[in-house]
Amino acid sequence: MTASESNGSTNGAVPARSGGQVICEALLAEDIDVIFGMPGGASLPFYDALYHYQDRIRHVLARHEQGAGFAANGYARATGKVGVATSTSGPGATNLVTSMANDHMDSVPVVYITGQVARPAIGSDAFQETDITGISIPITKHNYLVMHADELPRVMAEAFYLAKSGRPGPVVVDVPKDVFLEETTVPAPDRVNLRGYRPVRAGNLRMVRRAAEVINASERPMIMAGHGVDISGAAPELFELATGGNIPVVTTLHGVGGFPETHPLSFGMLGMHGLAYANFAMGETDCIIGLGVRFDDRAVGKVDEFGPNARVVHIDVDPAEIGKVLDTEVPIVGDLKLTLQALNPLIEHRERRPWLGQLNEWRENHPSLDIPDSPDTVLPQEVVRSIYDASGGDARVIADVGQNQMWASQHFWYEKPRRFFSAGGLGPMGYALPAAMGVQMGAPGEPVWCVSGDGGLLINIQEFNTLAAEKIPVKVAILNNAHLGMIRQWQQFFYEGRYMGAFLDNPDFAKVAEAFGLRGVSVSSRDELHTAIADAHAYDGPVVLDVHVDRVENVYPMIVPGTGVRSVIEDPR
Amino acid sequence: MNGTSRSHTLVAMVADHPGVLTRVASMFRRRGFNIASLAVGNCEEPGYSRMTIEVRGTDDEVKQFEKQLYKLVEVITIRDLTDVAAVQTETALVRVRVSPADRPGLADIASIFHGEIVDVGRDTMIVQITGVSETIDRFLDVIAEYGIDELTRTGVVAMARGTKASRNGSARG
Repeated sequence: MTASESNGSTNGAVPARSGGQVICEALLAEDIDVIFGMPGGASLPFYDALYHYQDRIRHVLARHEQGAGFAANGYARATGKVGVATSTSGPGATNLVTSMANDHMDSVPVVYITGQVARPAIGSDAFQETDITGISIPITKHNYLVMHADELPRVMAEAFYLAKSGRPGPVVVDVPKDVFLEETTVPAPDRVNLRGYRPVRAGNLRMVRRAAEVINASERPMIMAGHGVDISGAAPELFELATGGNIPVVTTLHGVGGFPETHPLSFGMLGMHGLAYANFAMGETDCIIGLGVRFDDRAVGKVDEFGPNARVVHIDVDPAEIGKVLDTEVPIVGDLKLTLQALNPLIEHRERRPWLGQLNEWRENHPSLDIPDSPDTVLPQEVVRSIYDASGGDARVIADVGQNQMWASQHFWYEKPRRFFSAGGLGPMGYALPAAMGVQMGAPGEPVWCVSGDGGLLINIQEFNTLAAEKIPVKVAILNNAHLGMIRQWQQFFYEGRYMGAFLDNPDFAKVAEAFGLRGVSVSSRDELHTAIADAHAYDGPVVLDVHVDRVENVYPMIVPGTGVRSVIEDPR
Repeated sequence: MNGTSRSHTLVAMVADHPGVLTRVASMFRRRGFNIASLAVGNCEEPGYSRMTIEVRGTDDEVKQFEKQLYKLVEVITIRDLTDVAAVQTETALVRVRVSPADRPGLADIASIFHGEIVDVGRDTMIVQITGVSETIDRFLDVIAEYGIDELTRTGVVAMARGTKASRNGSARG
């Protein structure tokens, strides 16, 4: 960076520190007490610095860099702080790529410290050299290759600021081996000043007034709440808007828990596997109030059928999301919490009897969450419901990707923000186990349940070892249907039952867990299930429940891709 | 979202860092935009560069592109000059195959287009021509019969007329 873009003032020279020390000090300044990683040749000098900070920064050794990245994501999402993951150069850094892309899609603040080969070797195709800054451009919010230790104090401050401000996201700081060792007397900046990056605060007041007019004039409004509610800490303001204006709420997958799901104004999650009545509502509403959402295709379905007669009010911190999918009458770029604080006093309470009556009638006649009878097999939905019952609804639940993800979102009523975690945008199987590890580190003492399919669990099963070694008391419930369940379901629905690559010849997961030093329990009946879940909930260490569930259960409701919210397929039973 | 597709001229001020061109180009490619031309060079402020980008798309598409471009941390300002009074110009170097007898004819045409003969070889001439892209296109059309041996164009550079420099506008309206 050039002198003209000098960022922030400084306090004058400070004693010489190595690049590695500068990074550790930056972590402490950000109140980061745990990082996840795996060392390698190029990052050894960083680990040598960490050695001297281990009383203040806990390093959790993941068994695969992807596990470290997902754990940092879970930690960030559970705490609202920035997650930190570290790897060496080359394969270490490329193993983090899926995790970076996942953070980027889900707007999760993670700073990645990657080792790089020493400066003289850069560009020479040296051992374990990879251009991770080049690779990660399209999947990060920003990245840095730090060529001098003097830049590190500023770069670290910028990296954390960029990761957590505005629309959060991942930032990579790639540090050559010899820069970790190089000394600098440059102090950390007091503040960050990036000329090309000025995230907005509260939305434009004139637009806020227009939003209030449109909302107050509507007869059939729907709030669609997304991840922005969690990110901005806007759950109290959302509650005030919904209850103050008597406006029903649906959430996206990432919005789950942003509004209490047992509240009469909650109509659950919308989308491809959302509740039937949530989707019907979006077809008939005359005013969509999008709060911290990006109108993703899995949530919206066919755009033409999504609120075709609705006026759209959209509040989001990212101007690029507004008008991207829907024609938007009232676009508001702003922090959701601050903007709602300005909007709420302008919202008038309305009875909306016909609209709420219609919604409740749909809810009555289309009960998407009834679990069918299954005399011979345990249904996967029952596992989620059993965790809900055993925990009294107060657990952190981390879902993997696929059928399990949908059941975990549907069959648990989340009352608070930051309780349900899932990799919604990128959809990487293998997310749940390492992410649960990170959630537990960020929420010590709280019940944390990893709900995974058998296929996804195998993708990062090496993290069983981390749970055991670090004594992280995550409870793992495997919805073991011996299939890549969503693949099997799609092949059944859309490929006339031509099953290809859908069957899994699984190991005995309880034995695998035991071999890793965890408590492993195999469950095949309803009675065993309830006992095993209650026992696991009461146990203070990590447990793995291998629950053999119905092998061919499908996720309902379902909107067939290419169709809209009016074409919901409901459970035929 | 609809509208007709047309050529847009965007001017962006960006930090002069290694990799900034890659970031911009990567974003174009990822979002499915095809750059018609891209010109980049120093600007009035040390440490920064100015890019002129020509891209085809509907107004909505280009607006979305502009917002995505603005999200890049190293992009300081962006302005769409398509519908504002602006000077737009481009330079081309054309090596034309031409026999000694035909040189005067080519020189005449070049002169009509305010082009300059910058090199003469035994059976070639290089013409340098500057102007709006359409003028250059017309010139190339007229001299096509001589046979174009090699052509290189700089891409458009653009600047709004009047006192308000392009750096004072940005995607954040």
